[in-house]
This record gives sequence, structure tokens and C-alpha cells, in this order.
Amino acid sequence: MAAPQTITFTEQDATDDFRQQYLVTYRHMLSARLLEDRLAALYRSGGKIVGGVYLGRGQEAYSAALGVQLKKGKDIYAGLIRDQAGRMAFGEIMLDTTRTYLGSALGPMRGRDGNIHRGRPKEGMPAMISHLGTMVSVVTGMLLARRLQGTLGDTVGATCIGDGATSTGSFHEGINTAAVEKLPLVISVANNQFAYSTPTTRQYACDDLVERAVGYGIEGYSVDGTDLAASLTVFRLAVKRAREGQGPQMIVGTLLRLSGHGEHDDASYIPPTMRKTALARDCVTVAEEFIQTQSWLSTAKLKEMRDEVRHEVDDAFSQASHEPAPDPYKEPWRALSSWKQLEGDTNEA
Amino acid sequence: MSLTYLEAIREAQYEALRRDPKVFLYGQDIGQFGGAFKATKNLQREFPDRVLDSPISEDAMIGVAIGAALEGARPIVEMQFADFSACGFNQIINQAATHYWRTNVPCPITIRLPSGGTPGSGPFHSQSMEGIYAHYPGLVILTPATVEDAYHMLLDAVSLDDPVIFCEHKFLYYHLKADSLPETGLPIGKARIARPGRHATVVTYSAMVHECVRAADELQRDGWQIEVVDLRSVKPIDTDTILASVARTGRLLCVGEAFPWGGVTAEVISKVVEDGFHLLDAPPQRLNSKDTPIPYHPNLWRAHRPTAANIGAALRGLLKF
Ligand SMILES: Cc1ncc(C[n+]2csc(CCOP(=O)(O)OP(=O)(O)O)c2C)c(N)n1
Ligand SMILES: [Mg+2]
Repeated sequence: MAAPQTITFTEQDATDDFRQQYLVTYRHMLSARLLEDRLAALYRSGGKIVGGVYLGRGQEAYSAALGVQLKKGKDIYAGLIRDQAGRMAFGEIMLDTTRTYLGSALGPMRGRDGNIHRGRPKEGMPAMISHLGTMVSVVTGMLLARRLQGTLGDTVGATCIGDGATSTGSFHEGINTAAVEKLPLVISVANNQFAYSTPTTRQYACDDLVERAVGYGIEGYSVDGTDLAASLTVFRLAVKRAREGQGPQMIVGTLLRLSGHGEHDDASYIPPTMRKTALARDCVTVAEEFIQTQSWLSTAKLKEMRDEVRHEVDDAFSQASHEPAPDPYKEPWRALSSWKQLEGDTNEA
Repeated sequence: MSLTYLEAIREAQYEALRRDPKVFLYGQDIGQFGGAFKATKNLQREFPDRVLDSPISEDAMIGVAIGAALEGARPIVEMQFADFSACGFNQIINQAATHYWRTNVPCPITIRLPSGGTPGSGPFHSQSMEGIYAHYPGLVILTPATVEDAYHMLLDAVSLDDPVIFCEHKFLYYHLKADSLPETGLPIGKARIARPGRHATVVTYSAMVHECVRAADELQRDGWQIEVVDLRSVKPIDTDTILASVARTGRLLCVGEAFPWGGVTAEVISKVVEDGFHLLDAPPQRLNSKDTPIPYHPNLWRAHRPTAANIGAALRGLLKF
């Protein structure tokens, strides 16, 4: 097993194909940013959103760079708390987010679950539960079943996790199992320096989480998570390796959460000095500057893109907010799919 | 001085730390940050060596507390939400709960579970787990419904030589206030008559005590006098107080926020039927949440749990029998 590598972007990676992927990914990042800005504003104005709002601000590049490597309808993508951008890059529609946050009965969770706890398992998007670390083995199981059923082919399953959640037993058990089975699991760790208020020094004692890859016997990579070019490069490589049968791939992106844990949290525990380091670079700005230095898009084109996205966000909020809320009188209040059969109900077909 | 249920929990931890140098607090974000709900606010400042931030490792958190207790410490572990204690379940029910019985060496740990539903919390930040833990021999399960009980019962939990699951209700954290704290509280294992009456008995605990009292006040307008018994501790359970109340009223409704299969309300009814069948003038009733996970949307959430309205309706049905 090769030692973990640090991946950076070099100019010779800037092929035409790369440029196209970069621009597509940038658009997903922007969509996530503008959509989440709106969620935050709605949260602050009160009323519309009940419960918490959890943003991926500062993590859009790293998150979307994985989602964009995967193919919906073929691969699996289990995004977590901070993966609005990754989910969109994978193919989740904006309405799924707005409907779930606003509690529309027409959303994928039908008001039963909310905010980030959403998914469409039949479309390769398992719906996360809150308990951290638990999606690793679930994605592993999806891949195992595909192998058993002969449908694995060159598909991969990806899941995301934070630095804090790497301390769970579930994380270790899940990765170890995937490694033993040598399944095409891509595990993306977003090390945003904090788990809620807890700094990484209270979370783990190794220098870099990527060192754990060695212990699991899997391939590992480190990357600057604020840099879209580097993030695309690393995920391209890791997803390719997984598709080729090289077993689980662990990527650790280093960045900073540029929001509170949730919108209720002012994150005053983040030292101001840290906010001045490269960790705190805003990946959206960094990407935009990169696009301009490469002369891939003009300022006018960038503005046009921003306006387009803003319209899409407006539409997604406006539609979801006019939709019906779930009606307790119409709920069947059943947690089992086979309840009719199990309760011997013969009246209904 | 007025303080909330949450402040009482904070004060009790302060007092426990102050009284006994063997007490320490362990949990996620409980140090400088003061905990997700601020139940440990400023405690690290006061006791820098005895308020420790843990990694997100519930299994290890409970295991560490058990180990520390075996060496003479008195840990209080905060689960960020009761729901996440599922990840430490094995250590709680197999290690902590069996320890004294197997080795004759007690295991004095207190595990705080911020429990119960609030609007918008959804299926994984709302659970009531007292029934699950009460099922296992070797655990004490406390469910305070008042500010006074939150304070005194937490202190009692820490001084008790056995593992205690302390179910504090998040819905009461900020709303429930008391002007002052009495010097002492009722002993653990003793129920409390929250509201006297003579036409029917409602046995309940935790946040549901307040819903039941509201329902009882509502029925008072029609002349019904409903007695509300607050269990305070669901294990041990105060069967004597329950039976004495049923002897006065002849009618029993049990109300709990947990899921309906089994659990505390079923246990109360089975005890009353076993030991006090002759006291009953009507079949005992129970009201729990619905048998689905706890919904996120407030419309669904309100219909999922017992409320003063459907408790009132259940009582009217019971009184008609
Ligand atoms: C098993 C478990 N314990 C506790 C929590 C409460 N909790 C939710 S998010 C969080 C912090 C997560 O930190 P990290 O994994 O670094 O992800 P980030 O929020 O930084 O993206 C905690 C403690 C949980 N969801 N699951
Ligand atoms: Mg983190």
C-alpha cells in the first residue's frame, strides 16, 4: 500500500475537459452558496423554518468536487451535514432542499424528516440519520449487495464525514469492513478544524487524519479543501482508482467551516487568528479568481451565471413555500411498509 | 432569585463538583463552550481540571465513565442528545448495568440524557428512552418534571452508588421556572401528587406532567377533579403512591411521551392490574405517542405526541365508562 500523498493541481492538468468540469463544479458551488444564504436569511427572519439550519459555507469546492465525479443513476453518494454543493453536483434538485427545509408535503421526506436529513435512496442518495459515522457502513453494504448481485461493475459509492465524526466507532467499523471487502468506497473527510465547538486537538492525536488510511490498509490523499482545482484533481484520481478496483479511497480535505455549527451558533470559539490563515479562504472567491486568471469566463459571463442561479434559487423557494404542509389527518401513521399484510387487513387492496 | 429547569441542572452540577472532588463532567462541547444547551456554562472556568471535552465517541465516553467510577471517581456524562446514547448503549446496559451484580463492586455513574421532543427536532433529536433503559436490571431511571426535582434529583443521582440515567426534558429547559430551590427534595423512588383530585388518576412523568395538569384544569371547569401523579423516578417506581391514588379515584389513565409499545405506561398499568384490580371501576387506559418515528414538521409532531387536548379526551372517555 502506497503512503498517503498530498495532491495539488499543476498547470498540465488544465486540459479542456478539466476546464469544463471546473466551470460546471463552480456553478454547483455558487448554487449551494446562494441557496444556503437564503436559508440562513429565512432562519434569521424566523417562522418559515422550524428547527435548525446547517450550512456548508466554505466547503462548497471540496464537497462539489466529489459529487461531480459521480454519475447519478449509476453511483452512490451519501452527502452529510455540509454537502449541499456535493449533493447538487451529484444531481439532487434544488427543490429537494427547499421542500425539506420548508416542510412541504411534496418533498422527498414529506415533512417527516427535515433539513439535511434527506435523500432518495432509489436514486443512489441514501438519507443520512443524525448519528455520525453511520452512513459509512450503509454505503459499504450497498456496494456489497451490488457485488453479490453482479451489478457492481465499475460503480463506486461515496460518503462524506467531518473531522469529529472520525472519532465514532461507526466510522472505524465501516471503513475497516469496506477495506476487508476491498469495495469501491470513496470516503471524503472534511477536516474543517472543529466539531461543533471542539477543536481537532480534543478529537484525535495523529498529525493528519489521512495517516489513518495506512492503518486501514487503504489508499489515502490530503488536499487543500479551499482549492477547487486541487480538490477536483484528487477526487478524479480517487474515484478512478476506486472504479478500477483498487479498494477504498480516503481523502482528507483541510479547510475551515465559515459558518456556525448551525445558524443558531455564532462560532465565537474559532480563534480570530485562524480566520486570517489560508484555511479560511473562501473557496467560492478563490474559484472565481482562478476562472478569471485563466480567462475561462469574462466578468460579464460570471455575473450572468450568478443571476441565473439566483433565479433558480428564487423559484425553488417560491414553489416550495406555496406547497401544502403535511396533514396529520391524512398521515397513515404507520412505520412498516408491510403493515396491511402484518395486521391482517383484508379490506384494502 | 428565579431559575429555569436548565439552570437548575447547571446549578446541581456546580454543587456536585463543589461538594465532592471526585465528581467530574465528561461530554461533547461541555467545556469552554458550556454544552449544546449550556447546561455546563462556565463550569470549566470554575473547575478547569474536572470538566472535560470528549471526542464524538459515545461508546468510549460511557466506558471511560465506568472505568473512572471503578477507580473511585463520580462521573457525570452528558450525551449531547438522548438519541445519541444509542451509540453508547452497549456500555450502558451490558457493562454499567451488570457490574455491581457480577462483581459486588458498584458503578456510580450519572448519564444525563437531554430527552423528548421539541418542534422541528425530528426523529433523531427527540427521543424518550427511559423505557428502554428501565427494561434492564441494574439501572436507576429518573425523569424530573419540575425545576426543584431537576436540581435535587441530579444531586441525588450523583451521590447514589449505582448507574443513573437522568432523563431531562428539553421542552422544559427554558420555559419552566421556579422562584427558589427548597433545601431538600423528595427521596428518589417516591412519586409526587402534582395535583389532587378524586374522580380519576393520571399517572405520568417528565414534560407530560404539565400537559396532564393542563388537561385536568380544563376538566375542572365541568366539575371533574383529576388527580395527577408525577412518578419522578420511573425505576424504581412508586407503586404505593399509584395504588393509593387509584384507591381514591377508581380510574386510571397513564400518559407518556415515549413510543406506545411497552414502556413505563404499560408497566404502571400492569402493576395496578396485578395488585389493585379490585380498586378499578373502569378499564385502565394509556396514552403514548404514535407508533412511528418522531416527525420533523410541527403539524405532524403535535399530532404524534400526547397533548392536553387528547389527554382531556381520553379522560372524558374514562370518566364516562
Ligand atoms: C453519534 C453522534 N454524537 C453526537 C452528535 C451531535 N453532533 C452533531 S454534529 C456534531 C459535530 C460534528 O463535527 P464534524 O464531524 O467535524 O462535522 P462538521 O459539523 O464539522 O461538518 C455533533 C457532536 C451526533 N450527531 N452523532
Ligand atoms: Mg468538523
